[in-house]
Amino acid sequence: MIIPFEHKPQAHCESGVTSNLLRFYGLPISEPLAFGIGSGLFFAHLPFVKINGVPGTAYRIYPGQIFKNVCKRLEVTAKSETFSSVEKGMQRLKENIQQGIPTGCQVSVFYLPFLPEVFRFHFNAHNLVIHGEENNIFHVSDPVMDDKCIIAYDDLAKARFAKGTPEPKGRMYYITKVPDTLDLPMAIKLGIKQTCFFMKSPPLPWFGVNAIKFLSKQIQKYPEKLEPRKATLYLGNLIRMQEEIGTGGAGFRFLYAAFLQEAASITQNQNLGELSQTLTAIGDQWRNFAYHTARLCKARTSDVVGYKELSKQLYSIYESEKAFYNQLAKVY
Amino acid sequence: MHLEEVPQDKKKFKDGENAPKKVLYVTHADGSYVQTNSAGWEAENVALEQAWEEIDHQLAQEKLNFEKGVSSPIAYYMTKNRMDIGILAAYVNKWQWQVKRHIKPSVFTNLSEKMLQKYAEVFNISIEQLKKPE
Repeated sequence: MIIPFEHKPQAHCESGVTSNLLRFYGLPISEPLAFGIGSGLFFAHLPFVKINGVPGTAYRIYPGQIFKNVCKRLEVTAKSETFSSVEKGMQRLKENIQQGIPTGCQVSVFYLPFLPEVFRFHFNAHNLVIHGEENNIFHVSDPVMDDKCIIAYDDLAKARFAKGTPEPKGRMYYITKVPDTLDLPMAIKLGIKQTCFFMKSPPLPWFGVNAIKFLSKQIQKYPEKLEPRKATLYLGNLIRMQEEIGTGGAGFRFLYAAFLQEAASITQNQNLGELSQTLTAIGDQWRNFAYHTARLCKARTSDVVGYKELSKQLYSIYESEKAFYNQLAKVY
Repeated sequence: MHLEEVPQDKKKFKDGENAPKKVLYVTHADGSYVQTNSAGWEAENVALEQAWEEIDHQLAQEKLNFEKGVSSPIAYYMTKNRMDIGILAAYVNKWQWQVKRHIKPSVFTNLSEKMLQKYAEVFNISIEQLKKPE
């Protein structure tokens, strides 16, 4: 059975899947709205969590949260399941499709044959919608793709049951009931409040705006601590997390700014509109940072001055973001 | 970022030319947001290409290590599949120290057929290919 599912390419996989699923049920929630209501924006730098030998950096909240938050805040009833057995997980997915329920899945990009090889790493927090199945060929709406795709049973099984961190364990999620009316202003408020809380309050240096300051200090040490090859790999990873497919650029800052703009017109709150512009400027700062970081990567030297300069740029981003969240928190 | 500034830098390495267009949120001159497409950006291309160069560099190194008898083919195929010890250990359902042992050629030659099969399946190759990387 193939469910007539409207595929819309989006900037980011999870907010994209969330938006596409909600639109299937007639709720006009754009991707930026899903991202903002789901409190998708974040920052974390974890030097002790090494991914392929490089410290982990995240510009977004951890996987699964956006869909969960959006459903909760819009009073949409949804279900999420994980499985201990591959066969069971695949069987349950087929049952859902037979019942006409388009179903979100958490997968590893490494096992998605429709993606170009160049993007296929062991990144296990990708999201897509399965909206059909015939003779063990599954129909896929992947928000980062231009069009719908198909995937064979074995590939999908591998992608859903990939190992490593985070382990998807076949996680699938779907909407079971939607409300008659939406209280968007309330959902927006809750989403913004949580983002402010997560960015401002963590007392640990690895999360929120403090992590940007922390990273700016770390970068200064790279040329002394690491050999040039490693140091540029560390830098390259920062750019990839910030700019590569599925981020919408500037580490999700533009996506959130688009949300604030939409939120301003929904709530008739001009402050949000102004803050959207502030965040756009911060997004440009992030892009500038990526541009200079890439130049240093290309030079492949332990240019101490270059690293100091990056560190300074990052510190000024920290100051801008800190001021931004303080203002945003005052709106509500 | 303004709409006119959206970069269109294609990836000119691996199969990057086939990369789907990326959705971006950018602003009109008046600051209002609009969704648009980008073929890519030089800065992100540099970073991604560098990650691939590192893999290719490691792969050549691992091939040499195998030929010199320093390590078993498992190290080579692990790199080829963009895995690290932690990921590979999770796939074959072993502890990391066990996988590290299997990378020693002397231990590898004594691995059971069953264990070899497990590795071959994870790397999606036959046992013959596993024993003799091309």
